[in-house]
Amino acid sequence: MAITPPEQRVWWNEPVEKTEVLWVTIALVWALVMFFMMPYWHFAGEQNLSNEAYRVKPDAYLAKVEASAEKHKVREEGTTGIPVVRPPVGGDAYLLGRQFQWWPVLELKKGATYRLHMSSMDVQHGFSLLPENINIQVHPEYEMILKVTPTRSGSYGILCNEYCGTGHHIMTGKIYVTDN
Amino acid sequence: MAEFRTCPETGLKVDLAAEKLIKWNAVTSVVFLLVGGLFGLLVALTRWPEVHLLGADLYYLVLTGHGLDILLVWVIFFEMVLLYFTSAILLNARLVAPTLGWVQYGLMLVGAAITNVAVLQGDSSVMFTSYVPLKAAPHFYLGIILFAVGALIGCGIFFATLVTAKKEKTFEGSMPLVTFGAMVAAIIAVFTIATGAVILIPTLLWSAGIIPHIDSLLYKVVWWGMGHSSQQINVSAHIACWYGIAAILFGAKPLSEKVSRMAFFLYILFLQLASAHHLLVEPGLSSEYKIFNTSYALYMAVLGSMIHGLTVPGSVEAAMRKKGYNKGLFEWLRKAPWGNPVFSGMAISVVTFGFLGGISGVVIGTEQLNLIMHNTMYVPGHFHTTVGSGTTLAFMAMAYWAVPTLWQRELFAPGLAKWAPYLFGLGVSFVGVFQMGAGTLGAPRRHWDMTLADATIGYDLPAASFLMMGMNGVAALAASLGGAIFILNMVGTILIGKRKTAAAAPAPAAPAPAGVSGHGEGVSVPGTFVLAIIFLITFVLYYFVNWKYLASVWPLS
Ligand SMILES: [Cu+2]
Repeated sequence: MAITPPEQRVWWNEPVEKTEVLWVTIALVWALVMFFMMPYWHFAGEQNLSNEAYRVKPDAYLAKVEASAEKHKVREEGTTGIPVVRPPVGGDAYLLGRQFQWWPVLELKKGATYRLHMSSMDVQHGFSLLPENINIQVHPEYEMILKVTPTRSGSYGILCNEYCGTGHHIMTGKIYVTDN
Repeated sequence: MAEFRTCPETGLKVDLAAEKLIKWNAVTSVVFLLVGGLFGLLVALTRWPEVHLLGADLYYLVLTGHGLDILLVWVIFFEMVLLYFTSAILLNARLVAPTLGWVQYGLMLVGAAITNVAVLQGDSSVMFTSYVPLKAAPHFYLGIILFAVGALIGCGIFFATLVTAKKEKTFEGSMPLVTFGAMVAAIIAVFTIATGAVILIPTLLWSAGIIPHIDSLLYKVVWWGMGHSSQQINVSAHIACWYGIAAILFGAKPLSEKVSRMAFFLYILFLQLASAHHLLVEPGLSSEYKIFNTSYALYMAVLGSMIHGLTVPGSVEAAMRKKGYNKGLFEWLRKAPWGNPVFSGMAISVVTFGFLGGISGVVIGTEQLNLIMHNTMYVPGHFHTTVGSGTTLAFMAMAYWAVPTLWQRELFAPGLAKWAPYLFGLGVSFVGVFQMGAGTLGAPRRHWDMTLADATIGYDLPAASFLMMGMNGVAALAASLGGAIFILNMVGTILIGKRKTAAAAPAPAAPAPAGVSGHGEGVSVPGTFVLAIIFLITFVLYYFVNWKYLASVWPLS
């Protein structure tokens, strides 16, 4: 029994049941399939997370985001005073997370590929783009760059899904994707 | 000199000092299960959209307490019970250094209390993960460190007891498989606690203002070396419980010692790698690192779990078939004691841990698939089916046998206990399923208000995700009821259970069937194999459905 010492002193030499051999083989093959799916997707798939990230001081990042917003601002979002920024097609789009807001609102063009920069001013935040359900962790002092290609036009919500303080649940943002 | 008694039910020689430690650790674990469980119920009632019980501040406070008391305090106190039981008692040995055992108990109790106080004071609502630079009060970290040091001492006593038992020849040959499983858990625990010290001590100093800065990414990499491995202690420990229960109820033997022990051994070699499961969408870590690390190098630890998934029910099937339940594929399963909470708890634990916890864990831990689930409700969905209906239910099942046996009392309310594993196990399983569903629809975890009513820029989550969170609340109520019956039974048995008479019922451990010598005698386990194939098909289908879902989101690189 499993709660008593093995009956055979040398249990190592006991023959293994056929069913077990078969199952171990099947499980091993499946484990290998799952393993190779990940490198395979790097070549065949289009959703792979960027390996591009830089160290950045929060102030320096804020300056970059504000400069971009000033240059490419097209309007404000409703009465919120938050700028709607239309970055150059195929160019750099900047987004920052801070307690408790995603800033600014971005307007992207469908089918174009952008370099989306993300960083945090304070603590960790969670970038959750809905309804796509793309979820990325955003750290302070790290600027991550992600090449994204919006494939459907419409308005998208950004939620914070990493707990970041008492206002965590009001931390939202927005991305518009336009046809032209 | 150690004093012993002989257990009338099992014939085991019980070291009285070990027994006392087991009792105190067991009682304390159940108290924290009660506290953590109540916190959990409050969380579920707040995330039930129509109820939305607590205010935001209290919700984040209670959520932090729920994670700490269940994921850490309850399970590790219970694991101390298992360490003392599987070493001293199963090996008929004396527990080494029982006085040090009280230091283990004291440190863990004081540590858990301090951290709970820090959380209840309200300025440490940083969640179980306490990611820097979000800061908790210094004593929040101090309590966890004391708790961990206590657990480390418990592991040391366990190892010393193994060595002494071997030296004093209190058992013949190799240690029992259950003890081997507990040893694997203890080895992983030592790595885990060392990693925890590496990160939590500097974090304590940072919180106290002595160290100015901790890198948020570095913190997270090291923290998960502790955070993930701590859950692998649970996996090894609860699988040891599965084997133990199969042996106690059915006299089951492992199909082969070699395969089962190798499967445990894979955990030692590969589980430590798994920490990057939690870092798949982090900046600054390479894809190569993520792939190697999350797959535990070629998914070798997953292989270990898949092997146990066959060998545990397989050993039950073999034992039942030897008793003559040989008709068809599943007579052995139909005729199993489904009204006994020890068995039903174990069976539900095996099935839900495999089908829900295991499959979702691999999916969520796949480098690219993680992108569509990271930090959504899918994540708590996953760990409620691993730590909840997996580990916690397995421990409960063990306790339904161990508490009446150790205290020499009848179970307090056996009629109610019959229902508890179903209410708790299925309740928590559905909690997991609904949370995974809500997460797939984008509902964020750790979030107080899905309606985003106060946000400057609103967003409407799908109505179905609100429905799922409502159902989550209902399932959590069922689970709470099952948990309450468990606690009532434990407390009732200990305090006012009827004393067992000396001539108690015969040993529940059935004697080994006649003429058994090792395993070549070919009891095949076709029923278990069919179940395993059903599991595999579910796994494969669900895995590729998620790749398909991933392929439909925005291209990114
Ligand atoms: Cu945030």
